[in-house]
Amino acid sequence: MRKVGVFVCHCGSNIAGTVDVEKVAQEAAKFPNVVFATDYKYMCSEPGQQVIKDAIKEHNLDRVVVASCSPRMHEPTFRRCIQTGGLNPYLLEMANIREHCSWVHPDKAKGTVKAIDLVRKAAAKVVKNEPLQKSSINITKRALVIGGGIAGIQVALDIADAGFPVTIVEKEPTIGGRMAQIDKTFPTLDCSACILTPKMVDAAQHPNIEIISYAEVDKVEGYVGNFDITIRKKARSVDMNKCTGCGTCWEKCPTKVDSEFDMQLGKRKAIYTPFPQAVPNKPVIDREHCLKFKTGKCGICEKVCPTGAVDFTMEDELITQQYGAIVVATGFDQFDHSVYGEYGYGKYPDVITGLHFERLVNASGPTMGKIKRPSDHKVPETVVFIKCVGSRDEAKGKTYCSRTCCMYTAKHATLMAEKVKGSKSYIFYMDVRTPGKGYEEFYKRTQGEYGAQYIRGRVSKVYPKGDKLVVRGEDSLLGRPVEIEADMVVLASAMVARSDAGDLARTLGISYDKDNFFTEAHPKLRPVETHTAGVFLAGACQGPKDIPDSVAQAGAAAAKAIGLLAKSQMETEATVSQVDESRCSGCLLCKSICPYKAIDVKIIAERVGGKTVERQVASVNKSLCQGCGACTVACRAGSLNLLGFTNEQILAEVEAVCL
Amino acid sequence: MSLDTEAVQQQPATAAQPEGAPQEWEPRIVGFACNWCTYAGADLAGLSRLQYPPSIRLIRVPCSGRVNPQFVIRAFQRGADGVLVAGCHPGDCHYSTGNYFTRRRFLLMQNMLQYMGMDPRRFQARWISGSEGPKFQQVITQMTEDIKALGPNRKMRDVE
Repeated sequence: MRKVGVFVCHCGSNIAGTVDVEKVAQEAAKFPNVVFATDYKYMCSEPGQQVIKDAIKEHNLDRVVVASCSPRMHEPTFRRCIQTGGLNPYLLEMANIREHCSWVHPDKAKGTVKAIDLVRKAAAKVVKNEPLQKSSINITKRALVIGGGIAGIQVALDIADAGFPVTIVEKEPTIGGRMAQIDKTFPTLDCSACILTPKMVDAAQHPNIEIISYAEVDKVEGYVGNFDITIRKKARSVDMNKCTGCGTCWEKCPTKVDSEFDMQLGKRKAIYTPFPQAVPNKPVIDREHCLKFKTGKCGICEKVCPTGAVDFTMEDELITQQYGAIVVATGFDQFDHSVYGEYGYGKYPDVITGLHFERLVNASGPTMGKIKRPSDHKVPETVVFIKCVGSRDEAKGKTYCSRTCCMYTAKHATLMAEKVKGSKSYIFYMDVRTPGKGYEEFYKRTQGEYGAQYIRGRVSKVYPKGDKLVVRGEDSLLGRPVEIEADMVVLASAMVARSDAGDLARTLGISYDKDNFFTEAHPKLRPVETHTAGVFLAGACQGPKDIPDSVAQAGAAAAKAIGLLAKSQMETEATVSQVDESRCSGCLLCKSICPYKAIDVKIIAERVGGKTVERQVASVNKSLCQGCGACTVACRAGSLNLLGFTNEQILAEVEAVCL
Repeated sequence: MSLDTEAVQQQPATAAQPEGAPQEWEPRIVGFACNWCTYAGADLAGLSRLQYPPSIRLIRVPCSGRVNPQFVIRAFQRGADGVLVAGCHPGDCHYSTGNYFTRRRFLLMQNMLQYMGMDPRRFQARWISGSEGPKFQQVITQMTEDIKALGPNRKMRDVE
């Protein structure tokens, strides 16, 4: 026989106005196992809580029902209350007679009937509540940052400055990411490399930061605080310990390859660093193009290397390390604008993207900062910019706005005006969106001071005419067609998720949206966390973002990771699944259904007919289980139960409300 | 899962009726609401003072994927006139995938109940987010009207 106490709250007149609270308490006193019931004006107030604590002592209560507001509001309050009153906090149930009753049912008689039902339901459940304990897990004080662009670098620096070791894993041979490819940054027009490269060097020299470039995350096991991560270091063919980065090898290498860093506008060698300020500034061999790997001949780099660092036999290396937190900062790709055949990208060499333009205008780019069009290296006089290529296009592209294109196109037009005197820029746009500090002012300057001509409308066709490109479109403000003869056309391509984002999401167990951007735990209130505890997001891998937003988000993600790493232990949820091993048949249907990989196989030994036999059963990892209960329904033997929401508790509730 | 009827036998036979309560028949709908979306949506309906019929009794579960078909059958056996399972919109599940299981289980259950002769309007599944207080109000109002038109559930009651 339990001893349940029921406490009915008036909530001033919020409940008492439309529910006969005295009547509810009188009826509650008649329920089975209820030994005490009372009502009070404000149960959550200090004296209200004292009423509960006194009653626990006086009537020797072992279970408590509070009939008041939503448990989403005050469950923590009353759990603390009964805990200080001497009971396990999970021996509480709440009847929501405010949000679900008094506020929505003005008829006092009917409302009172429902309130009594809700209290009966709570009393029936609480009888079956058992004391629960939160468990705790240890935290490994080390963070992994995936992606070494500006967001990843910022995250790593912030976490490292807080005193925790950080590893940056970067897919490319160098950190720096997209920002390293960019020439100037809006709206201040400061040089991108000048603000980025010092940060790259800071990261390389920081005692708490380890950079593993030319590497990828291969496998993620474990859970928050204790991720076991396998990193695949791709075969660099250059011994990082021996190499001094002198550069003799790539000077002598005979093979020239289109440079990915320069967007195929320039050349690099088969043994190369992507750009001169690369961090680490040590080359890799591109085995796809290297003559030694293709034909077995050459090997010049090996001969000229003064330290003997070149090693053609090097293989991929797997390293496993434990981490407490993971920050994903893998950035973005450019939209594949080849779907817009009408713009002629790929067909006409002088139709390029914004990122190509960045390389053309960059002082260390393939043209040494002189804007020359790719086809005949002529300096373009008239340039047409087309915005929203792939963005905001439900038919062919992405539905979202890429957020950065309006500003970088304005920047490009400004740079055109500065670098090629007398040049003319035309910008086809759908809308001009400039939400950022100083952005609108920058756009206005581009239009006014720098004379860029904005044309509202879409382009229908780009076709060649002599050595020019004719851009035919519509000026929708004037309502008439326009044709511009241009020397070069620049497409503001949409930012899209990395092509391998889905694979990484599955490796990490995080979710991603329809466009393959990683999903945050809450769009407003938890913007840098994921649904997987201990995994955080920074930068454009979560959605299109410019540099200031990426850096801000990186700081936020770092703060979240630091908050986790600063603890040595972490409490976990008490309402987790539990296996009744004696009933478990070991079918492990539950294992495949669990979204958190919290269920694993366990071998147990049993005595059967005088002999010890081994068999497999399911085992729930309490640290990983989030308490959704999906496994309990999948369990055919009924051996899984969710603590706090057991089958018995829910059935008791069903029976109590069906009377 | 054992059939534990002890609690029921100890209950009084009928719910208390305050004096002067109108005798018009009010259906009894058992609702299973996930903690993160629909329960929050019902809370929002309350905060916004959106009125709906007092027919619904919500049982809070962490996820709509926690709802075992046995809970639904038990509710009908004990005389519920309707059962509602409600959770986050597909794709918005707090636990990533729980409501996809709900959706599949619901369709199977719906089939089975229809096979048993139950009107499908008595068993409904709805996606109601934490910001959809008005939708919660509308769903409960509509379902109550549907079931009022159908009359009390006599199909599966085991207490008559």
